[in-house]
Amino acid sequence: MISDYAWLIPVLPAISAVLTMLFGKRMKGEGAEFGITALAFAFLLSVLIAVEVFSANIDAVAAVEEAHAAEGHAEEGDHAEGGAAEEGDHAEEEDHGEETSLRPGTPLDGVVIAATGLEGLNLAAEGGEEIVIPEGVSSFLNEDSVSLGLLGEDFELEAGQRIDGLAAMMFLLVTFVSLMVHIYSTGYMKGEPRYTYYFTLLSLFTMSMLIMVIGNNMLQLLVGWELVGVCSFLLIGFYWEGRSNQHAAQKAFLTTKFGDVGLMVGVVSLWAQFETFNIGAIIDMATHGEQAAGAALDTGWLTFGLIALFIGAIGKSAQFPLQTWLPDAMAGPTPVSALIHAATMVTAGIFMVARIYPVYQLSSAALAVIAVIGAITLFSMGFLALVQDDIKRVLAYSTVSQLGYMVAALAFSYTAGIFHLFTHGFFKALLFLGSGSVIHAVHSNNMKDMGGLRKYMPVTFWTWIVGTLALAAVFPLSGFWSKDEVLAGAFTQMGYTGNLVWILGGLGGFVTAFYMARATTMTFFGTYRGTIDDHHPAPHESPGSMKYPLILLAVLAALIGFINLPFDQFHPTGFAAWTMFSLEYFEGHPAHFYFSLAGGSTIAALLGLGLGWLMYREYKAPEEDPFNNMGLVTTVLQRKYFLDDLYSGLVMHTVRDRISPAIYWVNDHVIDRVVYLAGIGTRALGRGLYKVVDQKGIDGVVNGAGTGASWTGGLVKFAQSGNVQFYAGAMFIGVFVFAVLFAAAA
Amino acid sequence: MFWSDWAITLTLFTPLIGAIAIALIPSKHEENAKPVALVVSIIGFALALGVLAGYDFGAAGLQYEVDIPWIDAVGARYHIGIDGISLPLFVLSYLLTFLCSVYAYHHIEDPGKPKAFLALMLLLQTGMAGTFIAFDLILFFIFWELVLVPMYFMIGVWGGPRREYAAVKFFLYTLFGSVFMLVAFLALRFTGNSFDIIALAELGQSGEFSQTFQRLAFLGIFLGFAIKVPMWPFHTWLPDAHTEAPTVGSVLLAGILLKMGTYGFVRIAIPILPEGAMDFAPIIAVLSVIAIIYGALCCLAQTDLKRLIAFSSVGHMGFVMLGIATLTPVGINAAIFGMIAHGVITGMLFFCVGSMKERYHTRDIAEIGGGVLQTMPKMAAVFTFVSIASLGLPGLAGFPGEFGALLSAFRPAPGLADDGLLTFYRVLMVLAAFGTVLTAGYFLYMLQRINMGSAPQRWKDAKLADISVIEWGTWLPLLAMTLLLGVMPFLVWDITTPDVNAIMSFFTG
Repeated sequence: MISDYAWLIPVLPAISAVLTMLFGKRMKGEGAEFGITALAFAFLLSVLIAVEVFSANIDAVAAVEEAHAAEGHAEEGDHAEGGAAEEGDHAEEEDHGEETSLRPGTPLDGVVIAATGLEGLNLAAEGGEEIVIPEGVSSFLNEDSVSLGLLGEDFELEAGQRIDGLAAMMFLLVTFVSLMVHIYSTGYMKGEPRYTYYFTLLSLFTMSMLIMVIGNNMLQLLVGWELVGVCSFLLIGFYWEGRSNQHAAQKAFLTTKFGDVGLMVGVVSLWAQFETFNIGAIIDMATHGEQAAGAALDTGWLTFGLIALFIGAIGKSAQFPLQTWLPDAMAGPTPVSALIHAATMVTAGIFMVARIYPVYQLSSAALAVIAVIGAITLFSMGFLALVQDDIKRVLAYSTVSQLGYMVAALAFSYTAGIFHLFTHGFFKALLFLGSGSVIHAVHSNNMKDMGGLRKYMPVTFWTWIVGTLALAAVFPLSGFWSKDEVLAGAFTQMGYTGNLVWILGGLGGFVTAFYMARATTMTFFGTYRGTIDDHHPAPHESPGSMKYPLILLAVLAALIGFINLPFDQFHPTGFAAWTMFSLEYFEGHPAHFYFSLAGGSTIAALLGLGLGWLMYREYKAPEEDPFNNMGLVTTVLQRKYFLDDLYSGLVMHTVRDRISPAIYWVNDHVIDRVVYLAGIGTRALGRGLYKVVDQKGIDGVVNGAGTGASWTGGLVKFAQSGNVQFYAGAMFIGVFVFAVLFAAAA
Repeated sequence: MFWSDWAITLTLFTPLIGAIAIALIPSKHEENAKPVALVVSIIGFALALGVLAGYDFGAAGLQYEVDIPWIDAVGARYHIGIDGISLPLFVLSYLLTFLCSVYAYHHIEDPGKPKAFLALMLLLQTGMAGTFIAFDLILFFIFWELVLVPMYFMIGVWGGPRREYAAVKFFLYTLFGSVFMLVAFLALRFTGNSFDIIALAELGQSGEFSQTFQRLAFLGIFLGFAIKVPMWPFHTWLPDAHTEAPTVGSVLLAGILLKMGTYGFVRIAIPILPEGAMDFAPIIAVLSVIAIIYGALCCLAQTDLKRLIAFSSVGHMGFVMLGIATLTPVGINAAIFGMIAHGVITGMLFFCVGSMKERYHTRDIAEIGGGVLQTMPKMAAVFTFVSIASLGLPGLAGFPGEFGALLSAFRPAPGLADDGLLTFYRVLMVLAAFGTVLTAGYFLYMLQRINMGSAPQRWKDAKLADISVIEWGTWLPLLAMTLLLGVMPFLVWDITTPDVNAIMSFFTG
């Protein structure tokens, strides 16, 4: 099986990182060729693996359907009729004869699912009908590992792979976007003195993400996760001469690290219950309502662990309230921003939740937390994009908000969450690389220096438009399908979390469209606001190395949504089947398609786009921006809901500049003082007890060992300096006190 | 069998013989001490590797054991041997001494005098190695005390401006603890009628010692070891000693000497006094977590680079002690790993800082003023790598020990969990996990102030030399180990696990 070689996918960029570091400077392409070659092969391998995995999954679904159909024929009559009658309640399902939804993606209100085997299990389908997965049929899974050490009997470190639909999809996304970023960077970073270093980091960063994606155990996930964090620190701080860049890098690392505490606690608490890090084993035990050694699952601690894990995702996937690092992470080179925002790093949190999705389904509390955090994020963060003049920051806030959609989606549907992750990866990479192309041309991030660029850079403009429409979820681009799936998933669910998500998500769509129209208009429409003279040539289209990745990404951003059309006949062969968690968790009916909902959100998007264009087509300077003249609202938005002030200003400042010095003062003036006084006291006691002659050297304890030691006289002086006397004194007292205690004990 | 009988004795005393040989070199040929020390330390390291090669990894219990009468009058015996807990530390001590003798070619602090310096270093090596293989309390104590003298002189003679204060403080503070330890050893002798660690452990685990006795004896031993580790609040000698010590002194102090304390807990205190350990474990756990957070906060407040690294040891040893305080095999394994990792990483950090100080002639962070990435890019890269390892990045050596400690703290020994301490330990675990954020914080803050930004003009003009060949030679093994141990933690755990399981059988039931 080709997936046996999946381990090569993270290994390839690892090799290229090493080669780039060692030999990059001597190469013609300054090391970029290593990364590009490695990623090209990794992408190729990802495609092959995806074909293998996806087709196997389609076959598995087909096999279940076939068996079910056969069974239906065998049992005939009443069974089939009953099924049909019940199916009639679901309007959208009528045209689809076979029921393949084995376990709808619903939270189970903390109820632990009854014992089930992975194969041949009976489960109630949506219509109350039992679907039997025939013997020997299962979704694709290629799991393998090597042991890295065993501590005791219940703590094994392993490095392994878990190749299933989710991993295959992530491979595709990560390797493709990374390849595009690598190629694009050869143009964008041209002439950069630290060019080779940059490409080393790029490969390392990709490798880290892939280590996480391929992992078959929680610990490996944690390892990749942290490696991603460090690489992002180095990349965000790539221009380390500038103070603000240094701060941005630190902020990214520390904020996500803060979340990592949750991840660490979560991983550990899962281990404490299941005595393994293996994802498959954990899912198996948890869904059977067991923990290690067959004991009953402790749902309280399970929920604790799941929420702790999710706190990790809050940090890494920039969810409210730990999202503040992401916009600052724009300090890194723009292609890196594309990589961070589209394929790696921020998707890590989403991926982690999806990776153990069946376990999350066991805790309605954890899912509720996920829904609420996602809803807050997706709604509140879009507004912050309205007051940004930095084109990258607009995109950054849109990423935060879109991540909110993904997180919220996971509360209701596995497929919806990862589908939005997938499409977003393409159109957000496109937008970031597009913004990079613009910045490359006008040498500024600030949209006040742009304007009218569609005339100067048509390729960038048109690809940007595709990205914008996809992000704004305009029919029929990819974002439309994935966002609709998110909203429909929540809408189907109803309940307070479901309502929260689809209502806020629908409104958020308007905001998204509006700020994207604002940015597009300010950047590409109107007239160019920069200076064009002898020293400042007119902006020009970027070189081919940057253009072609844009075009490729634009094509995908436009079309990729069609792999998961929300109509039942597509599900057994589409994205939902390709990436299903397993047959038991196949979301045959992940989300219904509601014309009202899709229509409504499309209208909202179009309204937003139109309004944005209308309001900004006459834009001249930031002072005229209506959002800069709204008093309190402007202040609140510009101050980012004051969260930055809270963290950087209050928390960090207090810890670093107040608490630390205070603690250190205590260290020197209290704890060490006690030691010092004890030294003096004992010395005095020793004097009193022994009345030994030499009084001179004793001050050594106090103020710098008076006599001082040097090699020649040191030993002699040491013997005379009173230290020995101290030794004897202390010894005597110690022995005395202790002997008394022991005597008392005896 | 000549080799199995003599191997560790030979390895143990080779540095001592070397030290005597160096002392005999006439002063006018003082420079010759360097090659002699190098050869001796290579022989020592080679012998240690020989011991490693001949070790039976699957087995528990002592190997290369020698047990002969020594001081009959008090019943002390020359009982030495190696097991999986001793072996990694034993070998590490030889590796570090070897690297230090290489480094001595690069730099010895004022007043130079390589002869005296290297003789002391080799003497120190014998003391350190002896501590890890002694299985008789008196023998252990002698090696333990033997270490103090050379280190005292290293700090006091070759140290920084406040060297004398630091040296005396180091010496006296450690001695202070040793006294209580010795009393407890004597008490064990009179109660258990033996100085033998193995024999006493059997007695202790079979319930021969009363609970009161166990508590008292544990207290005495605790004081000795806790000061050496050092645990909070007995740590105040450490920043002074580390900061003032010459580079080689700091490396050995951090790399090996601190581990003598933690090793003592694992080797002596816990096996011999298991019930005492049970009573003290929650206290140790609390002190460890305080150390983690407190150490990190103190690091944040430092303006002196070397002192910052010194303080980082307080927190790292906090993780080691937290692992020990769980009284689980996982925790002890993690602790031993943490000791090795800290030895390698912090040793390396002190090398870096020492080399920077040698070039900048200052340890003051503000005076260095940043921009090392500009002035010495290789040095900055190495420093970044090691700092990141130290803050516990997975894949590098700092992580397995730290994570193992957290893991075990979430599920301490059954006896502790039964006492209703489970939630208590779990709270401590979460606090310790927050400590990792603070640790990352001070390291990044340090890197920002040292590596990043633009270098002050005076340093740009100074044309500082980047890492020299000798420095690379000294550092590459440590850098390689930092990576290797991180990727393959089983290199240590395969050695330690059988013996850890054996000594912890009392607690695991």
